[in-house]
Amino acid sequence: MNLDFDFAAEQPKLVQLLLGVVAFCAVVALLLLLLGGAPAQPRSRPLAATLLLRLLGPAPTRARVRLLLPLSRLLGRVPVRQRAWPQAAVLLAPALVLLGIGLVVPAVRTTVLSFMNGDGTAWVGLDNYAWMFTQPEAVTVLRNTLIWVLLVPVLVTAVGLLYAVVVDRTRFESIAKSLVFLPMAISFVGAGIIWKFVYAYRPEGSDQIGLLNQLVVAFGGTPQQWLLEPPLNTLFLIVVMVWIQAGFATVVLSAAIKGIPAEIIEAARLDGASPLQMFFRVTLPSIRSAVVVVLVTQSIGTLKLFDIVRTMTGGQFDTSVIANEMYNQAFRYGETGKGAALAVFLFVLVTPIIVYQIRQRREAAR
Amino acid sequence: MTTVPSTVTAVRPAAGSAAGRVRKRLTNRTASAVAIVIAVLWTTPTFGLFLSSLRPEDQIKSTGWWTFFSDPQLTLENYQEVLFGTSSSSGQMASFLVNSLVITIPSVLFPLAFAAFAAYALAWVSFRGRNWVYIGIFALQVVPLQMSLVPLLSFFSEGVSVFGTQILPAWELEGPARFAQVWFAHTCFALPLGVFLLHNFMSELPGELMEAARVDGATHGMIFRRLVLPLVAPALATFGIFQFLWVWNDLLVGLIFAGGTADSAPMTVRLAQMAGTRGNEWQRLTAGAFVSVVIPLIVFLSMQRYFVRGLLAGGVKG
Amino acid sequence: MSLLSRPARTALIAGSLSLALAATGCGSSDPEPAAGGDSGASAECAPFARFGKHEGKKVSIYSPIRDKEADLFQETWAPFEKCTGMKITYEGTGEFEAQIQVRTDGGNPPDLAFFPQPGLLERFAKAGKLKPAPAEVKKLTDQNWSADWAKYGTVDGTFYAAPLGASVKSFVWYSPKMFAEKGWAVPATWDELMTLSNTIAGTGIKPWCAGIESGDATGWPATDWIEDILLRELSPEEYDDWVTHKLPFNDPKVVAAVDKVGAILKNDKFVNGGYGPVKSIASTAFQEGGVPITEGKCALHRQASFYANFWPEGTTVAKDGDVFAFYLPGNDPAKKPVLGAGEFVAAFADRPEVQAVQAYLATGDYANARMKLGTYVSANKGVDVANAQNEIDRLSIQMLQDPNTVFRFDGSDLMPAAVGAGTFWKGMTDWINGKDTKTVLDYIEASWPKS
Repeated sequence: MNLDFDFAAEQPKLVQLLLGVVAFCAVVALLLLLLGGAPAQPRSRPLAATLLLRLLGPAPTRARVRLLLPLSRLLGRVPVRQRAWPQAAVLLAPALVLLGIGLVVPAVRTTVLSFMNGDGTAWVGLDNYAWMFTQPEAVTVLRNTLIWVLLVPVLVTAVGLLYAVVVDRTRFESIAKSLVFLPMAISFVGAGIIWKFVYAYRPEGSDQIGLLNQLVVAFGGTPQQWLLEPPLNTLFLIVVMVWIQAGFATVVLSAAIKGIPAEIIEAARLDGASPLQMFFRVTLPSIRSAVVVVLVTQSIGTLKLFDIVRTMTGGQFDTSVIANEMYNQAFRYGETGKGAALAVFLFVLVTPIIVYQIRQRREAAR
Repeated sequence: MTTVPSTVTAVRPAAGSAAGRVRKRLTNRTASAVAIVIAVLWTTPTFGLFLSSLRPEDQIKSTGWWTFFSDPQLTLENYQEVLFGTSSSSGQMASFLVNSLVITIPSVLFPLAFAAFAAYALAWVSFRGRNWVYIGIFALQVVPLQMSLVPLLSFFSEGVSVFGTQILPAWELEGPARFAQVWFAHTCFALPLGVFLLHNFMSELPGELMEAARVDGATHGMIFRRLVLPLVAPALATFGIFQFLWVWNDLLVGLIFAGGTADSAPMTVRLAQMAGTRGNEWQRLTAGAFVSVVIPLIVFLSMQRYFVRGLLAGGVKG
Repeated sequence: MSLLSRPARTALIAGSLSLALAATGCGSSDPEPAAGGDSGASAECAPFARFGKHEGKKVSIYSPIRDKEADLFQETWAPFEKCTGMKITYEGTGEFEAQIQVRTDGGNPPDLAFFPQPGLLERFAKAGKLKPAPAEVKKLTDQNWSADWAKYGTVDGTFYAAPLGASVKSFVWYSPKMFAEKGWAVPATWDELMTLSNTIAGTGIKPWCAGIESGDATGWPATDWIEDILLRELSPEEYDDWVTHKLPFNDPKVVAAVDKVGAILKNDKFVNGGYGPVKSIASTAFQEGGVPITEGKCALHRQASFYANFWPEGTTVAKDGDVFAFYLPGNDPAKKPVLGAGEFVAAFADRPEVQAVQAYLATGDYANARMKLGTYVSANKGVDVANAQNEIDRLSIQMLQDPNTVFRFDGSDLMPAAVGAGTFWKGMTDWINGKDTKTVLDYIEASWPKS
């Protein structure tokens, strides 16, 4: 076995890493410097501010913040109009520049391409959109995407929430969470292999190599080809997605549950709430925003999903979804226009979520 | 549950007794049964993969992994091939492991910082059009990554020119400097989700606290650094972990911007190559999947205390 | 040919034995003394002298060929690199079709790419991305390959790409041991094949096994089946018409040919040996499609020459071994059209060093050197059959080199990708999964790009 490992060859990479980290520190320091130069407020009470921040210490804890809140209220507030623009600009500049280059320009380009033909040489008007809604497979693809986006966020949140609640503050919590988190650490390719194994089919009478069919046989059933029968096969693919993403939900929701103020729980307990009441009346409302975060990120992630479908069925057997079709058209078939039209349709599908977000912002502002 | 009494006493008295009661109510038999069922369901497939990765190639293809229990046959051959298999085209796994680290660390740091800055501005600096900037960034989440590959690649390799005038030159990066492209790409793609997540947590920090600090003359820089950052540390850790996992497991971005050679390609690219030209060597992927899982798992386990510490935000708000 | 291949071999051995010598002799920064210099190095580098000196130059190659086969490529051209002084960076990927498009559109194409689909090559040539092949490469191609092969690298009268490797698809794998035991004979006509299938079915074994699952390329082995039969049912010229869509996809002749395949693949008595009913074909990985032959659960498996790599470890591939293959017979034993596939070397750059690599890859020397390292098939006429690593390779090369062979390229690789790598695959998968022939062919016909 050849174990030699050429450190000299790796050195330039590590130097590059170092450069990257140094650049990172420099950028962050520069931004903070720019911010520090412009005080948020005329220094009316510098002493009080210093005191407050010193009391808070380098790592504020909940207890200390709670303690300081009345104090800071005592110190009073002076409503002063300030010019926030320069500071906002400094804070937002890196993100906006990167987003502009990396996502806004591509989004605009995609929209333009969706009105052009396959190799982007001629305008074709709405032909690509017409193609999208008239091809017989479109209905299937849209139906599948709908099933995915309705089921995945709900299932992921439900499993994550349930699990986060039942393992909360148990002795094995850390291990339990790691177990559910494990699938998140496995790449989509790895997950594809795992689940191909689970769904594998061998004829009746011979050794099964797929776990699911082995179980079916053990209970006296006949082995099935799980991924071949629409529309059930879409559900089997959804299981894979839920399996991967439940860890995300568990981690986020568990953190939120731990943030529920003790007073609320105490009060509910004194009122004699049953565990179920406690969950629906206390826990759920208290972590509403975390649940929304999970639902929203999962919805968007599901809309964009294509790895699972691509590695497991390649979109065959009526399992294709919009993102998979888009990738095929734009890159494999060289039909950039059609792929772009599908991508634009994805933008459109997310509008309800955006509208919901706008509403939320309005309510919060009130 | 025998663990009930010990954990009750283990938590802090103030927040602990109440939370402990909730747990006590919920942690009855059904609850632990549910927990065990979910844990088993979630672990079994991975366990199956793990056992498979230790079985000889022909066995993987002909019998189920559970036959191991009746006929234990193990081999480290798959791991040997993945870790030490030399290939003139790609060198050894160690080299790709280094690449993955060099790619991942800055690709986590940059989005973390930029998203935190942006989220703070959107949550606590009041300026006109704030809502629209936020909604805009939020909406960008839906731009499919695949659609950004071509424009971003041409940004690197051809620069920016408008009507024939070169505005920005091409990057022309050689050797290890190419990593910068990958960092740039990953940072772009991570920002919308990062801003959304962090903004969500930051906006829940108590307004009085911010206002008090501001009134007392603290600059935004000070507030951000000394007040906000420590308070949203769990959220930062959460987003950091997910970004880490995403970058670590990413194949597409690595393939396009880092290329496929040992000079700069991450482990995922190497693993995909190892499947063989006709995808016939996939038994190595079982071992490869495990090799690549080790580091994310270590990161997760060492960061876990940040999650467990809980999100202060909700607690303070009440 | 053997005269030419000798020095190449010496170069290989010498190259690996005396790195230092080669470095001082061939890798010298000044080309003049090396060319006429000391005897050891110049003998080694003599075969490469005509490709010139490209000291310190770099050429990048992008290809769908990965892993072990990729290593063998690099091993093959190592002496060439050393003697010309250039560095070839090779990158194999499983996402070739999509990534080559992204890289090209993004303004970052490789110098050379190995295209496995002439259809894809055509798309890039028509988009003006490819450089026409230099005269030297054209000359070598005319000399080393049949006109059929040269045609696949030609778009609108301009020659772009020389062929590289090849595979022969018209094979039926079987177990010579099993055939000898049961007294079965290798069939010479389609009717004999069907009679044999019935005989085997009578013994309780399902005669055929197949698998078409291949991730996002699921369905391609079924399209190979169809193409093979179409080539036998129609004339080669009509096959060409079908590929270029002059003959509609749902033409009655095509329907008849597909149904002829269906008589085997959709017949529960004949398939799927070792795996179950017809539908199991769709969920069986193509790599595992023929494996039941080694377990005695199946007798016949139609798959390309490269299936030799997929047999379980320890299986001997030989005429008297565990497995071997015979030519998939047609109606007329006198006509033996061959279906095959291969890669083509197309250039995105026309720098001298890139053209030198192109020329080198088109030589017989290259193909012979590659064959000596491991299993490899090329339609290059300069290939010495004696270098073949196994009997199937030898048989394939003989078929490809035979001037009387009517060769046709895998049709799905020639069609527009939307059909050839899209609806054709998907359609045949649906067909296996239960849809009837007419519906499937109408669907594929409707999907053919309009322009």
